[in-house]
Amino acid sequence: MRGPGFLESIEAACPGAVVGSQLEAIDPWIEIAPARIADVCQWLKTAGEPRFDALQCITAVDWFEPDPKKAAKVTWQPHLEMVYHLWSTPARASLVLKVKLPRWSGDVAGHLPELPSVTGVWRTADWHEREVYDLSGVMFTGHPDLRRILCPEDWVGYPLRKDYEMPLDYHGIRGR
Amino acid sequence: MADFLIGLGLPGWLAWSIAALVSAVLLLNVIAGGALVFIWAERKIAARIQDRLGPTRTGGRFGWLQSLADGIKLLAKEDLMPEGADGLLFRLAPYVSFCASFCAFIALPFAFDVVGQRLNVGVFFVVAVLGLEVFGVILAGYASASKWSLFGAMREAAQVVSYEVPLGMCVVVPVMLAGTMDLVTIGEKQAGWMSNWYLFHDPFTFVIFWVYVTCAVASVNRAPFDLAEAESELVAGFHTEYSGLRWSFFFMAEYGSMFLVSALAAVLFLGGWNGPVPVAQLVGLSEGTGDSAAYFVRLLGLANLITKATLGVLLMMWIRWTLPRLRIDQVMTTCLKYCTPIAAVMFAGAMFWQLLLPGGLLPGWSRPAGEIREGWLEGPGGLPTPLPAAAASSESSGLATRSPR
Amino acid sequence: MSNLIDDDPRIIEFDVRTDEMLVNMGPQHPSTHGVLRLVLRTDGEIVSETEPHIGYLHRCAEKIGENVSPRQWIPYTDRLDYLAAMNMNLGWALTVEKLMRHEVGEKARHLRVLIAELNRVASHLVGMGAYGLDLGTFSPFLYAFREREKILDLFEEACGARLTYSYLTVGGATADLPPGWLQKCEAFLDQFEPIIKEYHALLTTNAIFVKRTAGIGVLSRDMAIDYGCSGPVLRGSGVDQDMRRDGESIYTGMYDGYAFEVAVQKDGRYPRDHTYPSVPKEAVLGDCWHRFFVRMLEVVQSMDLIRQAIDRYAACREPLGEPLKLAEKLPVGDAYLETEAPKGQMGFYIIGNGTSIPWRVRARSSSFSNLSVTHELCRGCLIADVPAIVGSLDIVMGEIDR
Repeated sequence: MRGPGFLESIEAACPGAVVGSQLEAIDPWIEIAPARIADVCQWLKTAGEPRFDALQCITAVDWFEPDPKKAAKVTWQPHLEMVYHLWSTPARASLVLKVKLPRWSGDVAGHLPELPSVTGVWRTADWHEREVYDLSGVMFTGHPDLRRILCPEDWVGYPLRKDYEMPLDYHGIRGR
Repeated sequence: MADFLIGLGLPGWLAWSIAALVSAVLLLNVIAGGALVFIWAERKIAARIQDRLGPTRTGGRFGWLQSLADGIKLLAKEDLMPEGADGLLFRLAPYVSFCASFCAFIALPFAFDVVGQRLNVGVFFVVAVLGLEVFGVILAGYASASKWSLFGAMREAAQVVSYEVPLGMCVVVPVMLAGTMDLVTIGEKQAGWMSNWYLFHDPFTFVIFWVYVTCAVASVNRAPFDLAEAESELVAGFHTEYSGLRWSFFFMAEYGSMFLVSALAAVLFLGGWNGPVPVAQLVGLSEGTGDSAAYFVRLLGLANLITKATLGVLLMMWIRWTLPRLRIDQVMTTCLKYCTPIAAVMFAGAMFWQLLLPGGLLPGWSRPAGEIREGWLEGPGGLPTPLPAAAASSESSGLATRSPR
Repeated sequence: MSNLIDDDPRIIEFDVRTDEMLVNMGPQHPSTHGVLRLVLRTDGEIVSETEPHIGYLHRCAEKIGENVSPRQWIPYTDRLDYLAAMNMNLGWALTVEKLMRHEVGEKARHLRVLIAELNRVASHLVGMGAYGLDLGTFSPFLYAFREREKILDLFEEACGARLTYSYLTVGGATADLPPGWLQKCEAFLDQFEPIIKEYHALLTTNAIFVKRTAGIGVLSRDMAIDYGCSGPVLRGSGVDQDMRRDGESIYTGMYDGYAFEVAVQKDGRYPRDHTYPSVPKEAVLGDCWHRFFVRMLEVVQSMDLIRQAIDRYAACREPLGEPLKLAEKLPVGDAYLETEAPKGQMGFYIIGNGTSIPWRVRARSSSFSNLSVTHELCRGCLIADVPAIVGSLDIVMGEIDR
């Protein structure tokens, strides 16, 4: 299931969606093109074999090194990585999808990168995407109710970004 | 007592006022003192049911002063009122509740003729006035400017008004059997052995007693019918916004009502102040034997009634600490679909029983020679007990007579 | 407001126009299990809409995780589901071990089963007691806490803490069990076993309890999966899934050789329903009663597992072994692992970048997904059902807000 055959079946169902893959990792993962993530997920849930009928987790990882000394040594370009952990209840199998996003849309700071929402595929994604939006700053297009979930609604910034600075003051409460 | 004071040469109005005041103060103490004792008892009982100790230190042993300490704490608490509350009604509400509960005690006999004011419509008065308690709750809910309070008040209104119907039907049965609404007479008619109690009068009264218990628990808002305060749903329901002394008035009203409905059950079904075994009569003491004997008999009656009422209150506590709470629709279903029809059928049954078997199944056994003062009410099957002359002359009318000594 | 009423097709059917009311249940409310705020849109007693607002207990646990080493983050996992801190420790420890491809010894393995299952019993006891509280009965709560207290005493003896243990850690456990502990644990189990019948008498089979829970908040199988529900909530809907049996090998390997039956209704019956109360006829699969009952069965199941673990642990002669160093370097890569915590599947995700500090830490909590189904379950129910439904999900705000 985790072998190349599965990869090919995705490729056949959604041509051009698979951008890369790493099948030797601890949790083998498949990288999906950002624009196709909702299609691929829809296919995986309804038509793929096995059917991934549950979404376990959505994580956003900020690949950015704020320290310039360390940043010179890293091998990757700054980007955001979305990690989707899927689960198949009938087959008791898991699957990891990854999506690479720019840290800011068009490299303009403050413009959130956009990604199609998978809320229509799994209802779990509703709150998970709100959390990612809240803490990591990803704009999910097609999400029915994209609001901050853990932080207050008037919070500024995305705390799980690596360059996030805690505000000095929030409504008169000392932040640092 | 008024007669005694008039005899001392006081003018009639003053004598009556003093007599009324003494009765009122006595009753107030019964309620307040009773509430203190019952709150302490509830804490201890709840604790024992739940494998805890409850209060142990206040007052030396058993924490017997705990309620008093709580009372002092409540007095010292800040008296809070929400900003949007209707000030007058908010302040008024606890007193309305408490007064309703208190007023009902006026007509409640504690022993033969030991009653604040003997009324010939005593049953009606008690049930009607007790029903007024709901006004205080509605006022509190409305005036608190809190949605939870409003929910609590609405629930209370719906629930209490609904339960008045089966409660009334249950209460009517002893009235029908006794042929009077006078609580003193009803109690006295159950004198003698335990089998004379209306609870054991016939199978229908036995069933209707349990309907009465259900309705009584519901009408005083105790678990599992404590929807008006339902702490897990409505925070604290109608008294969410109350604190300190005002809150304690609601609490006292609740315990007062609990005692009242239990005492009413005792008078209506459980022989009132007549013990299971007519000890006084067996040793030859009765109201008519002499003044000191009369006092002794009444004291015994008082102890009997208070014991029975207390047992009723303890039963309510036991239920409360055992059962989960019903939902509002289930409470209404219980009332309208179960309690009311059962009460109606039992009422009809008791009526026919009384018509067809007026003396009971075993007349000679079930009505041994007891002291039946209201002889004029007895049917042809009644017992030919001679009326003691002294008692008969003063109490024969069954109408409202004077306050107790 | 008036527009809403005009648009609502249900209300036009009635002659009497009623006004809707928005009610805030929480964040300070007796039955929201912490600081959960539910905004209810009510029409009289009927709740037409429920919206949970969370985040009042957000403590930036994931951000902290990016700044401390995995073993230093163990105390923070304690504070996720603080009622089952051992299971949180275990989930995180296993995730890190998965990333480091580390395997603990036989003795540590049995110790972990023993401790994790004991904590599952404690957590379900709180869930059960608090559920009674939600339904307005106070006594079962204290009966449950009385027994939980004994488990906490056992934990205190093992690791010194009563709530936040930090006991199971990366590479094993911080210390071995003290001498005599196993006997005390066995004595507790012997004493506890008959008490479960009391719980069933007080709650499971109580007529009022059944009336309040059976057929209320029915969560269908598909909806449970779609919303990512897990644990007793998922199994209460009849989905046969338990990570202890179906999870990844590093986790299921822990339960190798252990005999247990997943507490789920299959073909209309529970695995143990011959000794425990039968399902009332009003109950519908997926309702509050089933979720509660699954928890009660899991208590028995866990006690069974504890007994097995005690035997196996006692048979191990080798020493427990030292946990990994506090500043052990993490390999480059990522690992995600879901374990079966009492409340549901607890997922941890870790990304290592060659230093001892992880690049990213993620905690996927079961209560988070379980709570997100509230608005579906509470649609059209009565106000009194809201605590009944939320309570049956058995949430802990600590792991929702993290």
